[in-house]
Amino acid sequence: MHDLAQQIVSGLATGSIFASLALALVLIYRSMGVINFAQGEMAMFTTYVAWQLVQIGMPMWAAFLLTVIVAFVGGVALERIVIRPVERASALSVVIVTLGLFIALNGLAGWIWGFVVKPFPTPFPTTPLQIGGAGFSAQDVGVIVVSLATLALMSLFFQKTKLGLAMRAAALYPEQSRVLGIRVGWMLALGWGLAAVVGAISGIMIAPVVLLDPNMMQTEIVYAFAAAVLGGIESPVGAVVGGLILGVAINLLGTYVEAIGNELRLAAALAIIVLVLIVRPAGLFGRVAVQRV
Amino acid sequence: MLGPAFAVAVIAVLPWVVPSFIVFDLIYVAAYAIGILGLVILTGMNGQISLGHGAFMALGGYTVAILAHAMGWPYWAGVPLAALASGLLGVVVGLVALRLAGIYLALATYSLAIATPSFLKHYKSITGGFGGISLDQLTPPAWIPLGPQHFVYYVAWAIAGIAFLASAFVVRGRFGRALRALRDQPIAAVSFGINPYVYKTLAFAWSAVLAGVAGALFAVATAYVSPDTFSLALSITLLVGAVLGGIATFWGALVGAAIVEFLPLVAQQINNGAPGVVYGVALIVVMLFVPDGIAGGLHRIAARARRRTPEIALESGGPVSAVAVNQPTRE
Repeated sequence: MHDLAQQIVSGLATGSIFASLALALVLIYRSMGVINFAQGEMAMFTTYVAWQLVQIGMPMWAAFLLTVIVAFVGGVALERIVIRPVERASALSVVIVTLGLFIALNGLAGWIWGFVVKPFPTPFPTTPLQIGGAGFSAQDVGVIVVSLATLALMSLFFQKTKLGLAMRAAALYPEQSRVLGIRVGWMLALGWGLAAVVGAISGIMIAPVVLLDPNMMQTEIVYAFAAAVLGGIESPVGAVVGGLILGVAINLLGTYVEAIGNELRLAAALAIIVLVLIVRPAGLFGRVAVQRV
Repeated sequence: MLGPAFAVAVIAVLPWVVPSFIVFDLIYVAAYAIGILGLVILTGMNGQISLGHGAFMALGGYTVAILAHAMGWPYWAGVPLAALASGLLGVVVGLVALRLAGIYLALATYSLAIATPSFLKHYKSITGGFGGISLDQLTPPAWIPLGPQHFVYYVAWAIAGIAFLASAFVVRGRFGRALRALRDQPIAAVSFGINPYVYKTLAFAWSAVLAGVAGALFAVATAYVSPDTFSLALSITLLVGAVLGGIATFWGALVGAAIVEFLPLVAQQINNGAPGVVYGVALIVVMLFVPDGIAGGLHRIAARARRRTPEIALESGGPVSAVAVNQPTRE
């Protein structure tokens, strides 16, 4: 029983990382209808920045804060410089450009910091927390709390602030928003900045567990895709719910189902993506879109 | 006719004029060219984005390896079977792809590519798991007066030649026009009576066959297969090669293959991360400024020099020149 509870909490922890990354994906999808393939690598790169700051002696939380700021600026810059020219182009063009970003960031991280796997400091205590007789990893609990807090802040921002409203308007009705004086281009850039921030936080949360290396996000992002698709690629709530469900499901399946074990968890995620896209492309919370021909 | 004849002549002569370590690389250029050609047809001509062709290469490579290693099949029997196996998987994936458009197809195939190595590692009893499968070197029969490396080179390029010829045959006429029509104006194409399900699945199947042959060639040339040969990086390499070379032309496949084989070798001298940076920046630059890739760009320059409107495979537009033509992805 305790074992199951621990597995569930563990699943929720990985799930909340998936949820955060999925939210970043949904953010960008809602604003420009594209999936940012480089999301994981952006998160990875900012995590390296955090590592570097800690290495030169900055206290952990200060380093993380600075990293988040750097991530925001970086995200905005990337959108303005690289994505803007292909904003309205075909799906293939955008896929290729974000893929180019993926490859470039991966290579750049390897160039600057090398491909040797490094440990990453955890901001959470390493002693297990005792809750109701079962020991839970403080890391897991901390990740859940931080991720959910981030998601709550994002939600508040979009629902309750004027800027958040402007961003939502720019995403849904770009032409009308322009008429109202909203700088739609900059709203998109802001979207990328926020997505980068969420990614940075996810990276910092996950790095202590999976260890720091340029390829660390490549598998995690598949789970994030699966979560976003499961929840509904247009729905932020869906991204969170999908992520948590996926995290717990994959963890339980991997632990308790012999046939799947550790290696086939990715294949399971792939199966979920394909199944959902075929059976109910809108996901759990998305709207079903109908196109008139 | 002049162009391909010239290429054949160059390829025939090359092993005798370049150092032998380059001959080794050129064998891989042949394999890449076949694989990239698959993407040229599927993505360039038919508009279906695949980030997962490494999976088909894996199937091709492992089919040849397992047949040779476990059942003693000679390579000349294994390779066609590898092509068949990949083709079948291509039909399956193609059928699934019918339900996925654009970005979602990219997503699903990306996940396929990532899942492939762990799939291969999991079924260790068949695939040899982590360690892979070692194969015998391909040696020339006694009556051919070539060294082993030159023999493999000519076999590889002969197979590439067959692949290119077969593909040219496949996409000529009605089939090719249907593919391009489905890429550019699917609704109009369907109302003209083109069955999208059949053509799109066939395009996927054919490109998978090509990738399978490429993978089989990899296996034979290296005399070894392992799960990590067929990672996400391979699928991305194929797409990078297609885009940089020229995503909608056969020449692009050749140029792209040369780029993806030799560029990393050069860039790695600087740093292990350098190839990635160069690839990534090149992809972005090409996409923004020269969407037809190198082959496409050269073709246009040549056509302008001859003062004729270029009749490239892109014809009415294609996915990449839509950077200039506005085809919004959202209402």
